[in-house]
Amino acid sequence: MKKILLASLLTSLILAPFASAADYTIDNKGAHASITFKIKHLGYSWLTGRFDNFTGNFSYDSNEIESSKIKVEVDTTSFNSNHAERDKHIRSDDFLNVSKFGTATFDSTSFKSVGDNEIEIKGDLTLHGVTKEITINAEKVGEGKDPWGGYRAGFSGTTRVGLKEFGMKERLGPASTHVELQLDIEGIRK
Amino acid sequence: MKNTADSYGWLSITLHWFVAVAVIGLFFLGYWMVDLSYYDPWYNKAPDIHKSIGIVLFVIMVIRLGWKLSQIQPNPLSNYNKFERVVSHIVHLVLYLLIFVSMISGYLISTADGRGIEVFQLFSVPSIGELFANQEDLAGFVHEYIAYTIAFLVCTHIFAAFKHHLIDKDITLKRMFGRS
Repeated sequence: MKKILLASLLTSLILAPFASAADYTIDNKGAHASITFKIKHLGYSWLTGRFDNFTGNFSYDSNEIESSKIKVEVDTTSFNSNHAERDKHIRSDDFLNVSKFGTATFDSTSFKSVGDNEIEIKGDLTLHGVTKEITINAEKVGEGKDPWGGYRAGFSGTTRVGLKEFGMKERLGPASTHVELQLDIEGIRK
Repeated sequence: MKNTADSYGWLSITLHWFVAVAVIGLFFLGYWMVDLSYYDPWYNKAPDIHKSIGIVLFVIMVIRLGWKLSQIQPNPLSNYNKFERVVSHIVHLVLYLLIFVSMISGYLISTADGRGIEVFQLFSVPSIGELFANQEDLAGFVHEYIAYTIAFLVCTHIFAAFKHHLIDKDITLKRMFGRS
């Protein structure tokens, strides 16, 4: 009996780092996650907006960041810049063409630790029917138990996407050819 | 001012031609403005004018409908055949209906985010909020296709008017200018 206990204790010690690699669901129910963007308006100011609806999962292990993964699906019809006429225009085939490309996805291919809590995430972004590799510069904000019996981890990341690279016309002027995307996500451990 | 059994009064005539100019103007203005480039001086002005005319047209159309219902309608000319009597009546009815649908859908696009519509910078028509999901997209779809349908019906209407004037040589078109 003692031997079995000892063996199982040893096993769990050895396997401990692997066991902590956990799967998380992005908390869109509680809306502790957002995908916001900003683009320069005429070069004079920033225009910000967001995608209201998206889902995603990630697996993360602080001891073995390289094995982490994230996948996010964004409902492009939920584009919202707080201006109906602009939203309609951006959703039209002049830009996102959401009736044809209703979802955008990000599927990570690699995670690399580049400093204290800083991670470089590479992956394929499919937007407007075009798939391209992008790099997200992310930061782990924190992780730990929540007050309601769960466990959460949260990240913040930014990336820059060119309209032209994803097959959209640069019709907004020379200062507005790229969009800055910011992802703030909180995952609840499954 | 009033209609009689065989002629339109001047108010009916004026309202008809005001609506004709506004509807045709709005169609071409709308068709042109949606493809303006972002740096075009008209990019903001053209939609503002389009919306302002639309609101004014709505008021005129309400007055026109009220006036029409309060008036007797001149009798169809005796040379009209059954087909012409029925089809012209349907086209007139559908034009009234679609012009209202078009104005309402246009209003719903611009006011989906709670912002009102500025009419020639004189006063503002308030928004009644977002009534259904994706309001600006659905209303936009309706607005666009209703506009093309109206354009088709207007062409039919004009074609018929000229047919009566040039081929049948009757007073259909003259009647709309107050002559007989």
